[in-house]
Amino acid sequence: MSAQLQPKDFATSQEVRWCPGCGDYAVLKSVTRALADVGAVPEKTVFVSGIGCSSRFPYYVETYGFHTIHGRAPAIATGLKLANPELDVWVVTGDGDGLSIGGNHLMHALRRNVGFKILLFNNEIYGLTKGQYSPTSRPGTRSPSTPSGSFDTPASPGLFALGSGAKFIARAIDVDKNGLGSVLEAAHGFDGAAFVEIFQNCIVYNDGVFNAFTDRDKETDAQIHVKHGEPLVFGENGSKGLAFDAKTMTLRVIDAKAQPADVLVHDETNRVLAQLLLGMNAPEFPVALGVVLRQPSVAFEKTYYAHQPTQMKRTGSVAKALRQTSVWRVDEKKPAKK
Amino acid sequence: MMRASRSRGCSMDDGSSMDSQSVVIRFAGDSGDGVQLMGTQFVAAAALAGNDFATFPDFPAEIRAPAGTTFGVSAYQIHLGARPITTAGDAPHVLVAFNPAALKVNLPLLADGALIVLNIDSFTSRNLAKAGYEKDPRQSGVLDGYQIIEVDITKHTLEATAAYGLSKSDAGRCKNFWALGLVQWMFNRDSSAIESWINGKFAKDATTRDANLAALRAGHAYGETAELTAALPHVATDTAQFPPGEYRGVRGGEALALGLAAAGELADRAVVFCSYPITPASPLLHQLARYGELGVGVFQAEDEIAAVCAAIGASYGGAIGVTSSSGPGIALKTEAIGLAINAELPLVVVNSQRGGPSTGLPTKTEQSDLYLAVYGRNADAPVPVLAARSPSDCFEVAIEAVRIALRHMTPVILLTDGYLANAAEPWRLPNMDEIPRITVNKPAERKPGQDVSAVIFDRDPETLGRPWVSPGMPNLMYRIGGIEKDIRTGNISYDAQNHQAMTDMRAAKVAAVAKFIPLQKVEVGPERGSIAVVGWGSTYGAIYQAVRAIPAKERVSHIHLRHLSPLPSNLGDLLAGFDRILVPEMNMGQLATLLRDKLGVETIQFNKVTGQPFMINELVQKIRSLLTAKPAVRAVRGERA
Ligand code: SF4
Repeated sequence: MSAQLQPKDFATSQEVRWCPGCGDYAVLKSVTRALADVGAVPEKTVFVSGIGCSSRFPYYVETYGFHTIHGRAPAIATGLKLANPELDVWVVTGDGDGLSIGGNHLMHALRRNVGFKILLFNNEIYGLTKGQYSPTSRPGTRSPSTPSGSFDTPASPGLFALGSGAKFIARAIDVDKNGLGSVLEAAHGFDGAAFVEIFQNCIVYNDGVFNAFTDRDKETDAQIHVKHGEPLVFGENGSKGLAFDAKTMTLRVIDAKAQPADVLVHDETNRVLAQLLLGMNAPEFPVALGVVLRQPSVAFEKTYYAHQPTQMKRTGSVAKALRQTSVWRVDEKKPAKK
Repeated sequence: MMRASRSRGCSMDDGSSMDSQSVVIRFAGDSGDGVQLMGTQFVAAAALAGNDFATFPDFPAEIRAPAGTTFGVSAYQIHLGARPITTAGDAPHVLVAFNPAALKVNLPLLADGALIVLNIDSFTSRNLAKAGYEKDPRQSGVLDGYQIIEVDITKHTLEATAAYGLSKSDAGRCKNFWALGLVQWMFNRDSSAIESWINGKFAKDATTRDANLAALRAGHAYGETAELTAALPHVATDTAQFPPGEYRGVRGGEALALGLAAAGELADRAVVFCSYPITPASPLLHQLARYGELGVGVFQAEDEIAAVCAAIGASYGGAIGVTSSSGPGIALKTEAIGLAINAELPLVVVNSQRGGPSTGLPTKTEQSDLYLAVYGRNADAPVPVLAARSPSDCFEVAIEAVRIALRHMTPVILLTDGYLANAAEPWRLPNMDEIPRITVNKPAERKPGQDVSAVIFDRDPETLGRPWVSPGMPNLMYRIGGIEKDIRTGNISYDAQNHQAMTDMRAAKVAAVAKFIPLQKVEVGPERGSIAVVGWGSTYGAIYQAVRAIPAKERVSHIHLRHLSPLPSNLGDLLAGFDRILVPEMNMGQLATLLRDKLGVETIQFNKVTGQPFMINELVQKIRSLLTAKPAVRAVRGERA
């Protein structure tokens, strides 16, 4: 590829079929821009998705794309990476696809640390099947399948990823161009499974579910954009900070100006801190956005070939393998005795 | 101590008597007694001595069931001799029983007058009780008519190995080699191959090596001792007439693994084998895990669905994706197989069938997943289906499955079973240079201004296979998936006529396979006759021998199917040449249904689902009963065993 590609070069001619106003449009824009920014090579880039609104994504990106079956995209992408480790693979999934029907595959892709990006569009609802509650829906969610409100405890995508052994966990909001863009670039540069939770608004079935921290008037106090090596501050002019309460082993919001020494500094390699940050919910706490966790990592497919250097390298021959046991010969015209 | 009682001997005209042409031997004991090892070593020696052979390892489901119990009995059966041996034999002529439970379980299987070697050290009141014997079978009369050789195997083993300072339990573990030495003597075998195996296996543990060698030699010497020879038979077996060539012994699992690796070599593509552990399919996973340098990558997935999906991902990426399981796992894979059908990607799905439904009989054999393979998916989702008939046949069938998958760009199901996976036979080594290469559908050059879909979905008119385009190929970026696609452009299409056209195309593609497979041949017997015995899969050996045992004047023929979907194009005409069609199957009539469905022929079913392979004799009896009671009309439906 000679000339630097533009975001529009990553758009396909397919008519986009998401509902008008769906957060997916914004994500698509950020992704095509990120692809252009990182200099992605279209023929080496693959989007693999499962089933759901978000999983339509591959049709709209001018790269290779595989729209597979419900929940299985991480497993298919794993096989793809084994066959061709050189590929730049993006898995697109949702809260139902990734955490419900495909929870097992997501867990194992993360623990194995397969070298692809996993974009989990979390809208806390089943969109494509018309609005049933999902594994991330909050208790009390009224839906066609829960007319009197859901009551079971939702899963937290970030904590799920952490518990599964993910080494890269980041979060962003669909319409936050800058936040999402920098998270996507960081994910692209990661050597291993890069898990990105995107808070995505489903305008039809779950509109405004993230308003508690995405509303313009609330975002300053309800979001914290974490950066490695920088103090964990938020609010008007960074007036608030996060401190660690050693007695209760929890985070506390403090006055950052009054107690600057007590404000935690973000360490993206610290899994304990990641757990505390990922567990924060609005409005009691700000919601942590940005790269929450990034640890030194080597992707599964690299370790696979390093650990088993002979795998898939055809240096031997079947003719020889056939004879790697005791072989006897029956000679022509001299049938065995008797 | 040793005591022998007289045998009354018996011979059957279907060839099941012990003579120099054919003998069936069975070793049985606790899972921990090492009878599987004893069996494989005995076979190795028999092979080198020039015998034809077939084996049947019969494992318990439990890994280490409580010692001495009937459900913990593990057995290994060997049929060897001079004539073509195609099954592990009906009724054993010789049984070596390491404990009362092994005797109890195996006694009903034995041929009349069989020789039984008992390890009497284990005939304690405790072990007798565990085996469910109220009285010692040696006194109760149940062994009357058999030739009983009582040997204190454990005691002799401990004596033979005393010099090596092993603990009593470690020393006792050498008893399989002591017994093997004795059996080697009985069959007049040279033990040097076994000795060299012991030398290699225990090279790092001189004590164990020497103790096992001593036990083996002591067992052999015991047989030679003058006063015993009168009672212990010394059996000579003739050597078989093999066509010239290089031979080895092979188990079905090994042959299948080699076949898949060979297919990769013939197509010059990597093979990515993705699997999840399940009995009895795991031997294939273990075998392929050693074949990295043959261009094979092995991936143990988190579950059955992930295994098939990873294989599909690998195929999408340009490698030959293969997944393998047994019935319960294949059931889980069905949705993903549909994806590969829709996306027109190659995939090989190996099903090592076992008894079912559900967990069923994991270690026992059955052929009951034919419906699952041919019909068992949502929607109209046809795939080619093949079945291997013998351990060595697995090699050819594996290559054939990959060839079809790549030629037609379709998933292919390869059926084998628990019996084939573990059974062994001699195998004349194929010459890799003589096997036709597997061609890959390469995409055409995309012309300037040409839409990419014109390249991606440029299906070959004969095979309906599309070009195999994978990520990484420049200028051919395209999107594909499980949603119905336009037959020309590949874009998502919900158009009614298009879905009809795509469904027709998928059916025509599988039907097109018939143009590329050989016409069905008759294995034994005339091309037209009174009865065609039609089988598939691992019943091959038993049917073959049974039909050979029927006099030629009866005009009974054996037809054995490798291709089950689509069926060979001449099969209907071939079957029309027979008055009646007998279909023996280890299920309740699945091939019978398939033949009725696809060819409109009525068959006589002969079904058996005991977890054990067919006996030659029961097939002979069945054929004879049909010959004596000739019905007035053809086509008798639904007769059962
Ligand atoms: S249903 Fe919701 S998530 Fe799906 S496309 Fe419409 S707005 Fe977007």
